[in-house]
Amino acid sequence: MQRNPQLNANGELQHLLSIEGLPRDVLTQILDTAESFVGVTEREVKKVPLLRGKSVFNLFFEPSTRTRTTFEIAAKRLSADVINLNIAVSSQTKGESLLDTVANLSAMQADIFVVRHNSSGAPFLIARHVKPHEHVVNAGDGRHAHPTQGLLDLFTIRHYKKDFAGLTVAIVGDVLHSRVARSLIHGLTTLGAAEVRVIGPQTLLPAGVEALGVRVFHDMRAGLKDADVIVMLRLQNERMRGPLLPSAQEYFKHYGLTAEKLALARKDAIVMHPGPMNRGVEIDSAVADGPHSVILPQVTFGIAVRMAVMSIVAGN
Amino acid sequence: MTKLPDADTLCAQLVRELAPRIGPNTGMVGLYTGGAWLAERLHKDLRIEKPLGLMDIAFYRDDYAKRGLKHDPKRTKIPFDVNGCELLLVDDVLYSGRTVRAAMNELFDYGRPESISLVVLADRGGRQLPICAQYCGARVDVPAGMRLTLKRQESGQLVLALEPSRAA
Amino acid sequence: MKLLIRGGRVVDPASGKDAVRDIHISDGKIAEEFAKPDRVIDAKGLVVSPGFIDLSARLREPGYEYKATLESEMEAAVAGGVTSLACPPDTDPPLDEPGLVDMLRRRAKSIARARVYPIGALTVKLAGETLTEMGQLRDAGCVAFSQANTPIADTQVLWRALQYAATFGFPVWLRAEDAWLAKGGVSHDGEIATRLGLPGIPPFAETIALATLLELVRATGARVHVCRLSTASAVELMRRAKEEKLPVTCDVGIHHIHLCDRDLGYFDAHCRLEPPLRSQRDRDALARAAADGVIDCLCSDHTPVDDDGKHLPFAEAEAGATGLELLLPLALKWGQASKLSLAATLARITSEPARVLGTQAGRLSVGAPADIAIFDAGAPVRIAAESLRSQGKNTPFLGYELAGRVRCTVVDGAVVYEA
Repeated sequence: MQRNPQLNANGELQHLLSIEGLPRDVLTQILDTAESFVGVTEREVKKVPLLRGKSVFNLFFEPSTRTRTTFEIAAKRLSADVINLNIAVSSQTKGESLLDTVANLSAMQADIFVVRHNSSGAPFLIARHVKPHEHVVNAGDGRHAHPTQGLLDLFTIRHYKKDFAGLTVAIVGDVLHSRVARSLIHGLTTLGAAEVRVIGPQTLLPAGVEALGVRVFHDMRAGLKDADVIVMLRLQNERMRGPLLPSAQEYFKHYGLTAEKLALARKDAIVMHPGPMNRGVEIDSAVADGPHSVILPQVTFGIAVRMAVMSIVAGN
Repeated sequence: MTKLPDADTLCAQLVRELAPRIGPNTGMVGLYTGGAWLAERLHKDLRIEKPLGLMDIAFYRDDYAKRGLKHDPKRTKIPFDVNGCELLLVDDVLYSGRTVRAAMNELFDYGRPESISLVVLADRGGRQLPICAQYCGARVDVPAGMRLTLKRQESGQLVLALEPSRAA
Repeated sequence: MKLLIRGGRVVDPASGKDAVRDIHISDGKIAEEFAKPDRVIDAKGLVVSPGFIDLSARLREPGYEYKATLESEMEAAVAGGVTSLACPPDTDPPLDEPGLVDMLRRRAKSIARARVYPIGALTVKLAGETLTEMGQLRDAGCVAFSQANTPIADTQVLWRALQYAATFGFPVWLRAEDAWLAKGGVSHDGEIATRLGLPGIPPFAETIALATLLELVRATGARVHVCRLSTASAVELMRRAKEEKLPVTCDVGIHHIHLCDRDLGYFDAHCRLEPPLRSQRDRDALARAAADGVIDCLCSDHTPVDDDGKHLPFAEAEAGATGLELLLPLALKWGQASKLSLAATLARITSEPARVLGTQAGRLSVGAPADIAIFDAGAPVRIAAESLRSQGKNTPFLGYELAGRVRCTVVDGAVVYEA
């Protein structure tokens, strides 16, 4: 059995590749450290000198503005130098291999590679080939994992609900294609959430998903009953019409979050969404902007969480 | 066996020395963990108007490259405006001076104080930077391989103690 | 040349005999005892077996010479005790022209190592639309026709191809996979693929295609060899087909009776194979089926891939593993675990594939071709890039120590490999 490539020989986090396989105390350390960074983001000088002189390379093989921007802000608040590489446009189209691209950047003294790729497992491949002082942070690989998103979701839940022990969390939507869902499920089961539910049509739920430790619901009303946390997943445009689903309207009818369905959950339930939202497809505008929604705070917490991740790995 | 001074006595002594200079513009910031306990005591006994600030210097240490971000940082909270303030920076033990250097750097990221005075319960010498305490409870000699720390018992009483220093 | 192999433990799965005795070779055939040998090979303490017959080994020529060449792969074959191998038609260009087949056979013959049996393409360019000139390909040396790893999606074409082959009695070797259900998939559709976020191929992609294939065999009477089974359900379909006495045989890749989807670990591209490694239950069913004979043969499915092909994210990596030099140790490991006799174990890589190929080799009776593997069953073999003769260094077993080292290989009465 191979050793978990995320942890070094001392069991410390040297890369963040996925939430699966991380021990509970490592997850808690990240969340606690993020807590301190929230304080930094709230004062006037929003910088700390921790990563001064270090270089963070944003390697985005899949285009993204939101995630890349939050990583950039987080790195700059740690006083690091940030270089953004939109690989989709440059060397990959010239046929340069993934590892060659990384090797070239490595020769330019990188400390942290933040990688987003459309192939599951790409960050693991990179992590196997970087130098000992270089660290890899997975910003999303295929359908496999989006650990910083999972962590900020966990942080958000902890912020509003304090303890995971008694919680019922319902994740609604396209779990089949969602790296966000997978990361969150692993985090919730590791931190001891009472019940994790996935809600969606059969076509959007992956084979053997129960083995991840979740209860499967096809009926959204049944699945939302008494939930403490509702996480709505984004439905990508290309999935809305085809062999998986007939139309966005039909999807909204059965699996969209409206105020009426939300009323089935607990009175103090919170509604989350990793963004960007499709209003009227996954979620009603009234709910997205309503009192249960914590969608905007999720974004703020995202910066603190990414600061925590980068400062922990870069120090190990 | 070095006999350590009584923490309560030193506290009372510091209160006596500090009382004359406490004013409406005085702010106090204690450094986790020992300095925070001490500051809670002093802040109450000196009846300082501005609420107490507590600081963790984890993000300003100079040994990040060697040690990484090890312990769980606490959250720095300074609930008053640092600008133009006469600050009392409080820590339990003054040793190399690096903690105080980091604390001052962090304080200046909150604003520009009028002045900073350092208040410590014990000074064990061994300075590696040009730092000194304006208010010091006692000078204590610490044997090699040991470290001097402040402990708080369940009753709330503060006690100075010696323990073997962790391997670096 | 008159060759005497002296004092070895002679195991002949075809006859079931297993005893210490001598083997005499003359004029390229197993011969009666004679007095004065030209050369004596001392086989004391070693096993003397028919040379192994591998029903699938990619030699990468023509077209993929940067991955491997006939020279390197034939060296690998005989170093692994393989004396006959069938190579699939997925070369570049595919083996759909008699000229290509002829060239391949000549090249192999001139290198004079293992015997090469080319399998011709069933459809032109393997595109699944037009039938190839099977008669001419057969004359050029093809022993059967196949689609390699590109299933025919159009069932009308599949039906007609089988009808045509059946007309002339040509065997057809096919992998059972539904092109639509397998599209885009790179791993077994189950818990592991879900955890790893990899697109999966559901097991019914194999069973649906196999049921279709068997139905077409009933309708056409074509002789079909089903390649590289991967599911427990397919095993059951084959069992019933054989009870029904349909003219079918089947094989399994040597990796699939040892490994399952758990072995992917942290996206190990060495485990990227076609068909994919499936669940533990499937692996165990395949291993059992090979032991009880529902699966006729084990093959290596030797596929050399260069580093560039494996140093990629899992779904983008090239499928395949090197296998000629691991066929023996992996077969022995399986045989031991299944508590089979040595003869029963070796049958799966000698007499049984010989039957499928229709060759007289694979047996040690007098008059049979002198294709022989002499090996030390207990000697350790460390699987490492440096010691593999194949240009393909890609195997999930890198770093492992297995048992079963070939000491000498004889083809057509000539010694072609000696350790």
